[in-house]
Amino acid sequence: MLKISNLHAGIENNEILKGINLEVKAGEVHAIMGPNGSGKSTLASVIAGKEEYEVTEGSVVLDGEDLEDAAPEERAHKGIFLSFQYPVEIPGVSVTNFMKTAINEGRKARGLEDMPAKDMLKLIREKAELLEIDRKFLSRSLNEGFSGGEKKRNEIFQMAMLEPKLAILDETDSGLDIDALRIVANGVNKLKSKDNAVIVITHYQRLLDYIVPDFVHVLHQGKIVKSGTKELAHELEDKGYDWIKQETAI
Amino acid sequence: MAYTEEELKKELENKEYEYGFYTDIESDTFPVGLNEEIVIAISKKKEEPAWMTEWRLEAFKAWKQMEEPDWANITYKKPDFQAISYYSAPNSKPKYDSLDEVDPELLDTFKKLGISLDEQKKLAGVAVDIVMDSVSVATTFKKTLAEKGIIFCSISEAIKEHPELVRKYIGTVVPQKDNFYAALNSAVFSDGSFCYIPKGVRCPMELSTYFRINQAGTGQFERTLVIADEGSYVSYLEGCTAPSRDENQLHAAVVELIALDDAEIKYSTVQNWFPGDKEGKGGVFNFVTKRGICHKNSKISWTQVETGSAVTWKYPSCILKGDNSIGEFYSIAVTNNYQQADTGTKMVHIGKNTRSTIISKGISAGKSQNSYRGLVQVNSRAENARNFSQCDSLLMGNECGAHTFPYIEAKNKSAQIEHEATTSKIGEDQIFYCNQRGIDTEKAIALIVNGFSKEVLNKLPMEFAVEAQKLLEISLEGSVG
Repeated sequence: MLKISNLHAGIENNEILKGINLEVKAGEVHAIMGPNGSGKSTLASVIAGKEEYEVTEGSVVLDGEDLEDAAPEERAHKGIFLSFQYPVEIPGVSVTNFMKTAINEGRKARGLEDMPAKDMLKLIREKAELLEIDRKFLSRSLNEGFSGGEKKRNEIFQMAMLEPKLAILDETDSGLDIDALRIVANGVNKLKSKDNAVIVITHYQRLLDYIVPDFVHVLHQGKIVKSGTKELAHELEDKGYDWIKQETAI
Repeated sequence: MAYTEEELKKELENKEYEYGFYTDIESDTFPVGLNEEIVIAISKKKEEPAWMTEWRLEAFKAWKQMEEPDWANITYKKPDFQAISYYSAPNSKPKYDSLDEVDPELLDTFKKLGISLDEQKKLAGVAVDIVMDSVSVATTFKKTLAEKGIIFCSISEAIKEHPELVRKYIGTVVPQKDNFYAALNSAVFSDGSFCYIPKGVRCPMELSTYFRINQAGTGQFERTLVIADEGSYVSYLEGCTAPSRDENQLHAAVVELIALDDAEIKYSTVQNWFPGDKEGKGGVFNFVTKRGICHKNSKISWTQVETGSAVTWKYPSCILKGDNSIGEFYSIAVTNNYQQADTGTKMVHIGKNTRSTIISKGISAGKSQNSYRGLVQVNSRAENARNFSQCDSLLMGNECGAHTFPYIEAKNKSAQIEHEATTSKIGEDQIFYCNQRGIDTEKAIALIVNGFSKEVLNKLPMEFAVEAQKLLEISLEGSVG
């Protein structure tokens, strides 16, 4: 589904990603771990097509199609979803209105008519239930005055609404208490299928107890320095990142 | 393409004026210049009674002694008032019994504006009085209104048909000498609208007027007078578009509202005059005096969506004279390219238990300057006066400006005055967030701007809200993508 080859990218001549190789197949869950500043969020932004990052070498290919020239909204239409680490506020725009716009823009890109209001309401109700979201919450302005946990839950709600092919969860666990973490993880698990894939970016093993990865990759200084199965995450939890740093320094 | 600030700026410059066309209709235009003879000639042309001519001349005398104000946060080349022609009327028969008699070209213009009378007539509950270059050329739904005793006509007609009402109220809220532009308007006003709602009558439909400036080099000086008699209610809509022109067009209107005891007036404006091109050339100068007076237990609500004009100088105000009266001001002002707006309101609390609310939303893009200027004045006898003001500014790009000048004068200790202000910027992060959800940049800006303006858009009557929302998108949109 997703194939990243020798990806070099940076911002203002400062190279952050220094040759990333990663292949994600449909039905898989990949975890990307690594210390602060290793390039995890940059990788997420580059896949989503954030323009301030410049790709200097290598490629990101989705379903055989090179994404180099695709604008962020086109990537979204192709099925890439990013759950933001810091979701932004949009005052005066309700969660419902925002989702309605997003879904209909996606449909427009596929040559479809707007989703009938009745179906939209049904979908919203269904997905809100899945994530145990109070319907009152949906008429509030997007992320305005939301707690950290509400913001993250709202991100996963949007993911549920948009049903992406590839979801990237950027530190979705930060700011969540244990109950919220369980709800969010359950939501992600219920949305998982053999046709879609998830990349979980996290510092900690904690989230991976709930969303169990097929593969774990360790990112350090802009490179994937170690890949393994979920045991690698436990190892990291026990030993910290220092041993990886030492290992790669050799 | 995805959004960068550089791109946004570039795109904003490409905004074209949507309604930039010009109708070639033969006009009956006066020579340029202004003196007593011209004032008398205008009055004569309109077959006005002697008292009206006198009133105009008094205003003209006052105007000659006055100087154009320069305290507003705007810079422009002052118009040469002797280079303007002060009267222009579409050169057709003054009255029409049916649409067939109207100049087809004029009808075509209306169609381009999306306000064909045919459609308008069908639209439920909207009567339209259209001012095209100073003379009302069509009035509809008059009959329905007449049954309720409501008078809705051009001011010229009102001067002839209802002189007692006009004479009693004209200039009582905005006196001839009120300010430079109001004095000029009083001397030379060509036409405008008049509305009278009798005691206890609730006007069954939104009254709507479309203004247009159509003749090169002709200033427009409308005069509007709305009187809501005791216990009555009226919602009045004013919408404007103008053809694209290469030279500055002066516009100095006066609007007076009178809400007698227990009456309510809702006055909504959507203004979309030519703002000038992307270099700031051309565009309408809009110097407007709008003011209403509230008697006991009455209410006046101003709602405005200002997207056009090169220069806007406009402060719809309320004099809360009667006890328990209420004044409201809801405003969205959008400026782009080189547009300048200095707009706001005055709430003058005179009566006891008077309340006022001010919600102002300024959106600036390009190299434009957008200022809010407001005065909340509580007089010594206004016990328990209350005011709440909220001024929010939204900036797009790095070269525009947003300014807030709130003035508060409280002479009564029981007054409660609150003022809140915020300034925010449409961020690349917001745009990227929308993009990531599949919403392109143009749509994202529309969404963010509409969200920002929501509190005010909600105050507009339904059919107007849709139009206003469209205008906001047009004003900022051509902008991107």
